Amino acid sequence: MASPAHASGGPRRDGLPASETGGTDIRAGRRAARLERIGERTAWIYTGLVFGFLFLPILIVVIYSFNAGRHVTELTGFSTQWYTIAWSDRFLMNALRNSLTIATTTAVLATVMGTASALAMDRLSPRLRWLMELLTYVAIIVPGIVIGIATLIFLVTAFDWLNPWLAYLAGVDAPHLGLGAASVVAAHTLFTMAIVNVLVRTRMRGMDRNLVEASEDLFATPWRTFVQVTFPQLLPAIMAGALLAFTFSFDDFIIAFFTSGQDQTVPIYLFASIRRGVNPSVNAIATVLLGVTIMAIVLAGLVYRRGQRRGGAGAQG
Amino acid sequence: MPRTSRVAQNDRPGRGSRAALLVLPATLWYVGFLVAPLIVLAIMSVGVRSPNGGYQPALTLEQFANLTTRITPLTNTLGLAALNTFICLLVAFPVAYTLALKVRGNWKLVLVALVVIPFWTSFLIRTYAWMTLLGANGVPRILGWVGFEDVQLLNTPFAVSLGIVYNYLPLMVLPIFVSLERLDRSFMEASRDLGAGPVATIRQIVLPLAAPGILSGIVLVFIPIMGEYLIPILLGGGKTYFLGNALADLFLQSRNWPFGSALATLFVIGMVVLVAGYLALSRRLVRAGRESSLL
Repeated sequence: MASPAHASGGPRRDGLPASETGGTDIRAGRRAARLERIGERTAWIYTGLVFGFLFLPILIVVIYSFNAGRHVTELTGFSTQWYTIAWSDRFLMNALRNSLTIATTTAVLATVMGTASALAMDRLSPRLRWLMELLTYVAIIVPGIVIGIATLIFLVTAFDWLNPWLAYLAGVDAPHLGLGAASVVAAHTLFTMAIVNVLVRTRMRGMDRNLVEASEDLFATPWRTFVQVTFPQLLPAIMAGALLAFTFSFDDFIIAFFTSGQDQTVPIYLFASIRRGVNPSVNAIATVLLGVTIMAIVLAGLVYRRGQRRGGAGAQG
Repeated sequence: MPRTSRVAQNDRPGRGSRAALLVLPATLWYVGFLVAPLIVLAIMSVGVRSPNGGYQPALTLEQFANLTTRITPLTNTLGLAALNTFICLLVAFPVAYTLALKVRGNWKLVLVALVVIPFWTSFLIRTYAWMTLLGANGVPRILGWVGFEDVQLLNTPFAVSLGIVYNYLPLMVLPIFVSLERLDRSFMEASRDLGAGPVATIRQIVLPLAAPGILSGIVLVFIPIMGEYLIPILLGGGKTYFLGNALADLFLQSRNWPFGSALATLFVIGMVVLVAGYLALSRRLVRAGRESSLL
């Protein structure tokens, strides 16, 4: 690190002798260094406060989930009763099942379709590629509430038109189409598929094309090139996309609010119970979800590290 | 782009149809669940409200004309969204700066993960926690002990801003962090060696280089805030109103589907224009950054 004193020691461009300005230079340098130290300390304290701000509500939730009293505002003793109450809540368990089904289906569909379209987009004609890019960006840009409302009115209109036909064609036991978990999956997959597509294509841009060309020169079939060369390089982006899709779908309220029909999801259940008033079992649910999330993050970190180590060893061997 | 043209040259017969097959499912999905719903929305926006709510076919620009007379929620939302995005930026920038330039090694990864972890817990739960904290028995009670009696925090614009900053902070911190991470430390050392104070260094070196990240953060935060629905309801008591709340009311309560469709159409067009402007601006910023770094 070059110091100001060192900089002023050499011949100066403005032609002034170094001795005349050197003293003030050093003093100014010291003052700057002190200012910087103060600035640095302030930055650290500030960052610490923001971290406190970020984690305070989560801490509150965890603490009050073990609170014995009904009132969230007074700590009256340790109890796990809210966990038991949440566990035996039939509506909550039903919502949890719905949410898990919707999020898993969304993650699988979004990952497969997003990755497939990302792989092929570069090979489309320029006009088609531009169209796909446009659709992908619009799918990301359109706000969730508009997606929810537009899907709702579109599906309701379409079902009103389709259901009489189905009844006419199949008689009394014709399936009656309506909103439900499937329409939530449709709307969630739209947005998350676009996210996966962007993530995978970003990764492809940073990928070494030479490896693919080498594989082709060595007469590998396209499928083999994909399995042995392209896919391993894209895996982090695909995994990140799948994780994002699952989390988004599991946590989304607004799209599900409009498109879920009779099928409740966890966020919709939580919204309803929060609006109904104080319900400490919400804290218990939150704590369980938080625990699962942290476990998933740690697990993903471990898998990632192991994959990296193995990748490194493979490169050496 | 040179890379894609090289790929095109490498094309072998039969590849085009396979590519088409790979994009087909995604295309069908886009057409069925994005293009078709947006078209229905556009069709409804030129219709009229049927007497008992819902939609009645028509071909009129009445709804869009109504937009100009009922513009207040829209301008209110724009102002609130801009203000809250700015607050978010003010809170986030020092954090991103500290994480990117003052932390070294593995700690950097850990601290960035800590910024993101609250984001991975349920949005509703986080907002519910703030309802508890800001409610009459939370922070206002503590304020009461030190002499500030009867401070109302919940169901105020302040609570809405707090909820927004809390929920969108990672979206602002991360892009700024990424752009500052790439910042070459030697620039800052050069600036100091040339006698610039910390403030001048931040203004002349850090801010211009962080500009693309700041811009992405603003767009990432501004768009969802415009359509925000839950935070104003749960923390603002329905008194602070965003476009999302207006839309939900129009479709679910007053059942004025055509007017709601017109508002939603305008919203989508506005967002697309905003993002197109952002893409153009960020491309220019990146180019300017590259040119200045060459000098």
